[in-house]
Amino acid sequence: MHISEGVLSAPVLVTGALLTSAGTALGLKKMTYERIPEVAVLSSAFFVASLIHVPVGPSSVHLILNGLLGILLGWMAFPSILVALLLQALLFQFGGFTSLGVNTFNMAAPAVIAYYLFNIPIRRANHFIGILSGFGAGLTGVGLGALFVAIALVSTGEGFLNVAKVVVVAHLPVMLIEGIITAFCVTFLKKVKPEILEVGR
Amino acid sequence: MHLEEFAEGNSFFHRLDPRVKFITIMPYIFVIAIMQGTKGPLLALIISLLIVAFTRISVKKLIGRLIVVNTFIFILWIFLPFSYPGDAVFHIGPLEATHEGFLYVLSITLKANAIVLATIAILGTSEVFSLAHALVHLKVPDKLVHLFFFFYRYISVLHEEYERLENAMAIRAFKAKTNMHTYRTYAYLVGMLIIRSYDRSQRIYKAMLCRGFKGKFRVMSHFELKRGDVVFGLLMTLITSVMGLLFIL
Repeated sequence: MHISEGVLSAPVLVTGALLTSAGTALGLKKMTYERIPEVAVLSSAFFVASLIHVPVGPSSVHLILNGLLGILLGWMAFPSILVALLLQALLFQFGGFTSLGVNTFNMAAPAVIAYYLFNIPIRRANHFIGILSGFGAGLTGVGLGALFVAIALVSTGEGFLNVAKVVVVAHLPVMLIEGIITAFCVTFLKKVKPEILEVGR
Repeated sequence: MHLEEFAEGNSFFHRLDPRVKFITIMPYIFVIAIMQGTKGPLLALIISLLIVAFTRISVKKLIGRLIVVNTFIFILWIFLPFSYPGDAVFHIGPLEATHEGFLYVLSITLKANAIVLATIAILGTSEVFSLAHALVHLKVPDKLVHLFFFFYRYISVLHEEYERLENAMAIRAFKAKTNMHTYRTYAYLVGMLIIRSYDRSQRIYKAMLCRGFKGKFRVMSHFELKRGDVVFGLLMTLITSVMGLLFIL
């Protein structure tokens, strides 16, 4: 999902940085001082969860879960994903500082969109619609994320069109898996600890 | 989990003031990121390699890191030469690889590696907490720094929690396969991890309140600018300005 350093053009990098700054400012406004431990420790949990590899046929994919993160945190997904990618940039140089804005936006914007589309149906609707909404959240998180990556690449240069197509196609199975896992996960959370689904409000 | 691979050591870069590190590296890597052509990026790669040489970090670990970074770049080598207009170098069926396409992807490769090497050498040689501390002095919103601090602090704790859950699954003879049962099990594992992290965060906050937390972290240690920091800062600023003047303007 992360675009590495040195690839994107200056206008794309600047646009990404500006959009991420705006999203993060909104998220920080929502995150009062009392809620910092809550958002932070949930972010650590998602960071650890993204290390999990689930099998898909002979291969495996690692979980992204930005849709689920969005359902829980709403706008606070921006600061949450920003610190996670900042850490990756510091420790693993995976992604990186120059592309931090673009990469954060690509993952956090779909998370916020998933929040607005699916948080209320998950909390209020019946079991069946809840499952469908969870599936939709997982699908949206990864699907829109891949689409944003593709847009960032193509905006850098027409030459990236093929790479962009490969990025989108490669994420189709991941979308499905993320949908299934997010659907199970939200029904589990709703049963065991429904107040977690209201953290983002 | 051992995360800070390059932070141990005792070179000049390990002792450098983290504030100076941020102030110098950010313009440096951004100048590299917006360069075009191959001459500038090549020079930048040489400078970054020189900086890395001074840090005396393990070459083996460094190469391991570079391989990861270059996998994404490798995909670009497969596609970009064939989808960039220009003079053809060779054909594979209907596809033609262009000279311009190769130069473009070469430029990206040089830039990416120059930036990554500089980041490892300059930022990787400090502990994450001292870098976070430096961010406070550099006027990054304190809520964001607090968030980062707690987030990093609890990764290893949550990772232990994850290992406990994984062990519990192994004891019950769970085998990961491509089926619904596997996905449901992993979903519940993630759900359990989220619930435990949430409960833990409530306890953490209460513990903080007990200790008189009022929304501010007091910093006990302070940075002190030394002569080496100033010299390095000026030198890097000079290098960055020259690179910017030569290859961007």
